[in-house]
Amino acid sequence: MNNQIIQLIQSAIQFGTVIMFGAIGEILTEKSGNLNLGVPGIMYLGGIAGLAASFLYEFNNPDPSKLVCLLLSFLAAFLAAALGGLLYSFLTITLRANQNVTGLTLTIFGGGVANFFGGTLNTMAGGVGQISVATTSSVYRANIPGLSTMGVPGRLLFSYGFMVYLSIVVAIVMAWFLNRTRRGLNLRAVGENPATADAAGINVTRYKYVATCVGAGISGLGGLYYTMDYIKGTWANDGTIESLGWLAVALVIFATWRSLNAVWGSYLFGLLFWVYLIIPGLGRRDIALFNMLPYLVTIAVLIFVSLRNKKENQPPASLGLSYFREER
Amino acid sequence: MTQVKQHKDPLLRIAKRDAIGRPKAYAIRLIGVLLSLLVSGAFIFAVTKLNPIQVYNAIFDGAFGTERRSWVTIRDAMMLLCIGVGLAPAFKMKFWNIGAEGQILIGGIVTAGLMRAFGSTLPTPVLLLLMAVMSLLAGCVWGVIPATFKAVWNTNETLFTLMMNYVAIQLTSYFVALWENPIGSNTVGVINQRTRAGWFPELLGQSYTLNVILVMALAIGMFLYLKYSKQGYEISVVGDSENTARYAGINVKKVTIRTMAISGAICGMAGFIEVAGVSHTISTSTAGGRGFTAIIVAWLAQFNTFVMILISFLLVFLQKGATQIASQFNLNDYASNIITGIILFFILGSEFFINYRVIVRGGKEGSAK
Repeated sequence: MNNQIIQLIQSAIQFGTVIMFGAIGEILTEKSGNLNLGVPGIMYLGGIAGLAASFLYEFNNPDPSKLVCLLLSFLAAFLAAALGGLLYSFLTITLRANQNVTGLTLTIFGGGVANFFGGTLNTMAGGVGQISVATTSSVYRANIPGLSTMGVPGRLLFSYGFMVYLSIVVAIVMAWFLNRTRRGLNLRAVGENPATADAAGINVTRYKYVATCVGAGISGLGGLYYTMDYIKGTWANDGTIESLGWLAVALVIFATWRSLNAVWGSYLFGLLFWVYLIIPGLGRRDIALFNMLPYLVTIAVLIFVSLRNKKENQPPASLGLSYFREER
Repeated sequence: MTQVKQHKDPLLRIAKRDAIGRPKAYAIRLIGVLLSLLVSGAFIFAVTKLNPIQVYNAIFDGAFGTERRSWVTIRDAMMLLCIGVGLAPAFKMKFWNIGAEGQILIGGIVTAGLMRAFGSTLPTPVLLLLMAVMSLLAGCVWGVIPATFKAVWNTNETLFTLMMNYVAIQLTSYFVALWENPIGSNTVGVINQRTRAGWFPELLGQSYTLNVILVMALAIGMFLYLKYSKQGYEISVVGDSENTARYAGINVKKVTIRTMAISGAICGMAGFIEVAGVSHTISTSTAGGRGFTAIIVAWLAQFNTFVMILISFLLVFLQKGATQIASQFNLNDYASNIITGIILFFILGSEFFINYRVIVRGGKEGSAK
């Protein structure tokens, strides 16, 4: 197989992993009836928290332990993102604020926090683009020795950091949880019709809170993967996470709220995004036009889904609405 | 599990308020804003160790410290207001137009293109008129596309308009690469810097007078349109209940498309004002997230364009202040996004206390705040 095509597929899978985490977290959140448009902000929070935690650790320890680096950054990212989700949950579930507006605010806030502290970390490290967490990043980018050099299949299947495989595992677990467990069923009931779920004795508030916070945590891992593996343990205030976050929201629709569809969907988005790599003789202008493809495809899918109007492809019925028991 | 649990009132419970007087509602919102100022002050204190009074002094200095700064504050508040005015009819109709960013950019691209093409051949007033009309049409088209799909096939407009933003952003980077000046800079540079052709003229000795006049005219016009016109009434009926609207004989499809045409057109116009009246260039950050911030402005003002003026000024005031503090302390501009976020979270939260009241266990009904 041609070297260029292998590189294209590798880039597509790495790109896809970032948005896949974002989308799977958002699927869990949306299944509870919460439309969280704060995904970009949450991915920002996850990315910066993971980076900051490992940076401070590596900065103060001349000989950082790889395990501590990994645990510290992973937990920090998950918790920071889940906190973002908690803020969103408190406002929309307890205080019944409008979900779209709250989500957008969370995006502005998360982007502000991340870029603010990203800039500060850069200054601490000695200048723009100077921040680097070499040890932690190397853990995230470690391959299984031997396998990744085993010819074409090795390069295609085994040349990634562990989070690429983790994302697929999370997608499978999510599909199993939502479709095969009692709690998953309850959660879907809450998203479809909270009043009925409430009458059946399901604690609507608790399900919504837990789903939104855990969902946010998973989305945040997308940001972590982006900072640690995709851009190799640095920080750049260039708004890429935000555009990837919106793509993750788009991917949820593309996958019609099924996490297994999100796996191939995310790789397809990645292919569309990077396809210009294998077309020779493109200028910067043409690349800009080619980068439109994932968005155009999402629009096409949106239209297609609404045209077919199939019952099983629809969003959860109470998506975007807050629930107040006394209001019937 | 046969034993019946002893029933106990929860410590706090929530009841819906029937109605609340306007002064009380505004008092609650004011408390929200004040609390948010306290928290943002605490945040600034944490990173700079300025005492709170110095913090607010610095904010005020950043926003109104010099005449130039005051005008920049006014200019930016007008931009935010303009976009908010554009979004108001769409949101009043409960059409989630998240696509203002894209509509602004498309208007901006058209303006920049015309400015480059006709800068040396058309006199500025004619060129300004041409740019205004074309950017209006461009924004209108960008808004009507998702509206048509929504009206005909009920395609989700939130995500459609969101995706249209990114199509517009990529289109902008295409044109930036096409119009690059000087070559290799990856920016368009200031268009017609020498001739100032197609720039807003100075009125009354100020560069931004025309911006203020245009936006205030739009704001007043939109207020009257929403409140007193038949179309404005149709928008609010469709927003409250599509079924009622259908029953009353309102053509929901027509209203949806028409309203989004207006909304998109005003946002396109905002792109025109930004390019011809403010930056005189175009880049992917021309809209700069204001399309999203304006949604919140419109929503919090409950689509009253005069309340929007206040909120726009409040947000821009704090953003300018935060930027000032950031530059004094060698921090970066993103501090202003954090502060915007904090304020909005508090205002959003305060809406709860307007719609609901909290009853403490054992307390008298209705005695709570």
